[in-house]
Amino acid sequence: MNWIETLRAGAEAVRAHRMRSLLTMLGIVIGIASVILTVGFGQGAQQQVRDEIDALGSNLLIVSPGSATDSGGLRGGFGSATTLTLEDATAIADDTAAPDVRRVAPTTSSSVSLAAGETNWTTSLVGTTTSWADVRARTLTSGRFFTADEIASGAHVAVLGPDTASELFAVGSPVGRTVTVAGQQLTVIGVLDSSGASDSGSSEDDQAILPISTAKALTGATSGSVSTIYVEATSQETLSAAYQEVESLLATRHRVTAAEADFGISTQESLVETANSTNKTLTVLLTGIAAISLLVGGVGVMNIMLVSVTERIREIGLRKALGATPRVIGRQFLVEASMLGLVGGVVGLLVGVVGSWVLPPLIDQPITLSALAVGAALLTSLGLGVGFGVYPASRAARLTPIDALRSE
Amino acid sequence: MSTTPISPPIIAIEGIRKTYRTGSLEFEALCGIDTTIREGEYVAVVGPSGSGKSTLMNILGCLDNPTVGGYHLAGEDVSTMSEAQLAEVRNRRIGFVFQQFNLLAGLPAWRNVELPLVYAGLPRHERRDRAVAALERVGLGDRTENRPGELSGGQQQRVAVARALVTEPAMILADEPTGNLDSRSTADVLDLLDALHDAGRTIVLITHEKDVAARAGRNLVISDGRIVSDTPAVRAGAPA
Ligand SMILES: Nc1ncnc2c1ncn2[C@@H]1O[C@H](COP(=O)(O)OP(=O)(O)OP(=O)(O)O)[C@@H](O)[C@H]1O
Ligand SMILES: [Mg+2]
Repeated sequence: MNWIETLRAGAEAVRAHRMRSLLTMLGIVIGIASVILTVGFGQGAQQQVRDEIDALGSNLLIVSPGSATDSGGLRGGFGSATTLTLEDATAIADDTAAPDVRRVAPTTSSSVSLAAGETNWTTSLVGTTTSWADVRARTLTSGRFFTADEIASGAHVAVLGPDTASELFAVGSPVGRTVTVAGQQLTVIGVLDSSGASDSGSSEDDQAILPISTAKALTGATSGSVSTIYVEATSQETLSAAYQEVESLLATRHRVTAAEADFGISTQESLVETANSTNKTLTVLLTGIAAISLLVGGVGVMNIMLVSVTERIREIGLRKALGATPRVIGRQFLVEASMLGLVGGVVGLLVGVVGSWVLPPLIDQPITLSALAVGAALLTSLGLGVGFGVYPASRAARLTPIDALRSE
Repeated sequence: MSTTPISPPIIAIEGIRKTYRTGSLEFEALCGIDTTIREGEYVAVVGPSGSGKSTLMNILGCLDNPTVGGYHLAGEDVSTMSEAQLAEVRNRRIGFVFQQFNLLAGLPAWRNVELPLVYAGLPRHERRDRAVAALERVGLGDRTENRPGELSGGQQQRVAVARALVTEPAMILADEPTGNLDSRSTADVLDLLDALHDAGRTIVLITHEKDVAARAGRNLVISDGRIVSDTPAVRAGAPA
C-alpha cells in the first residue's frame, strides 16, 4: 500500500466521521489561531514601539523625574515626580557644562479640553521652548512655531498636532483661528506634520504645543518643575558622552550621587528595550496559554484516535487477515491523526489570518503576521498530529489479527 | 477434476497444541493435532460445539499461533514467521470466508472485494477490474456499487466469497460460512465453493450441518481438541 493510497484512506476515514473529526480539529484550530494571533500581537507591538521611538527624533536623550533604578525612565511616569526644573534645563543647555549637547527642550504636560466653536476635544497640552521642534525632529505643515519673545511674554498662541487640528477644525486652515482653553483664547499659529509613527492616533500627533510660560499660566502651575527634558546630542557618536555630561551635571545640581539619582535618563535604545520587555512578558504569557491550548488539542486528537482504534478493532482484524502488515495499519492511523492535525492547523491559520485583519481596529493594536510564525504553526500542527497519533497507531499495529477479529 | 493422492501437501501440521489462559485457568483447546491436506482437497471439519474447530481454523489461516507444534503451508515453515511475513502469506495464499461476513459497512461491494489486492500492492484500475470480475463470478455483477447494508445476508456472503477468491489463492478457509444463511443462500454459497473446488482450489470448511459436510471430499471430525475420525465423505468424488 503506497503513500497515496494511505493518504486517500486517511482522508476517507476523516470524512467518514465528519462531525467527530471537526470537533477533534477544533482544539487544534483554536490553539493554532491563538498562537498565530499572540505572536503577531507581540511582533506588532514591538514594531509599533520601534516606529514611535524612531519618530521621537535622533540623538535624543529623555530626562525624566524618578529614581535612577528605573533604568528605562518610563516606570516613574512622566510628571509623577517634580524633581526636574527649568533651571536644570538651562544648565544642560550651557555649552561649557555640557559641550556635547546641542539643544534642550524642557516640557510640561497636562491633559486639557480644547474648544473651537461648538467642537470640544481633550488632548495633552505641552508647554515647551522654541527648540522643541528641532529636538523632536518635527516640522510644520503650515504656519510657524512660537518665538522666544512669545515665551517671554506668555503669548496666547498654540501649535497643534495634525490630529488635534483636524478634530477641532474640520474645514479650512486652522492657522489664525482661535481655540479656547480654560476660558482663555489662544491663536493657532501653526500645525505640526505627522510624526511618522506607524499607527494613527499616536499621541505624538494629538497634542497642543504652547510656550512653556503660557502653559504654566493656563494650568495654574506655580513651581518651576517640568515633566520631561528632551536633550539633543550633537551627533549619534556623542550620544553617550552627552548622556554622561547630563547625568553628572544633574547629579551635582541635585546633590546626589549617580546611584541615588532622583532622575532617569533614557535613550531610544533603552526605551525600545523597556517597552519591548513589557511586551515580551505579555506575549510570552499569552503564547504560553496558547501553547497549552494547542497541547490540549493534541491530547484531543490522541483521545479520538484511541476511540477510533477501539471502535474499528474488527476492521483492523479483518484488514490484517486480508494481508495488512502491522506497519501498514500503523501508518494508516498515523496518517489519519496527522491529517486531523494538519487540517486543523490550516483552518487555525485561516482563522488567525482573518483575526489579524478583524481584530486590530477593535483592540487598537497592530498584529503582524510573519512567514516564520505561519510555517511554524503548520509544522507544529502536523507535529502534534504525528506526535499524538503515534501511540494509538502503535496500538492498532500491535493488535493480533485474531484478537481484533474476535472482539465484539 | 478431482485430486489425486500424489498432489503435494498444502497444509502439513504436526503436534499442534493450543492452550488458552484465562487468569490462572488454563484450557487446552487443541491437544496434539497432526494432519496433512493436499492441494485440491475439499475438507469439512465437523465436531461438537467447543471442540476446537475454530481454534484449528485460525491456526491454519495464520491468524493465530499454536502454543506448540509445527506448521508448513505450501512447503514454507510458517511457525517461525514474523507477523509481517504472516500477513503476506495470508494475503497471497489464503482466502477467508467468515460466519459474520466481516464486510466493511462503509465501502461499496467492489471496494470490499478489492481490499486484499490493495495490500498486495496492485494498481487501482487493475484492482477494480479484478474486483468487478470476482463479483460477476459470484453473480453480483449488478451490485458492485451497493454497500453491505443494501445487500441480503446471502448476497453479503457472496461478496465475501468474491473477496476470498479475488487474489486467486490456493486455499479457501471458511468457518461456518453458511451458519447465518437460509437454505436457499446456503445452496448458492456451497455451489460457489464447489465451483472453486472444481477449479482446483483447496477448500477447508467448518460446518455443523451434515448435508454441507457431505459435499466435501473428506471429513475431519474433531472432539475435545483431537481428531477422532478422518474419512472420505459419503458423497462420491473423494480421493482414492
Ligand atoms: N480466546 C479464548 N480464551 C479462552 N478460551 C477460549 C478462547 N477461544 C476459544 N476458547 C475455548 O476453546 C474451546 C474451543 O473453542 P472453538 O472456538 O475452537 O470451538 P468450536 O469448535 O469452533 O465451537 P463452535 O462450533 O461453537 O464454533 C472452547 O471451549 C472455548 O471456550
Ligand atoms: Mg467455531
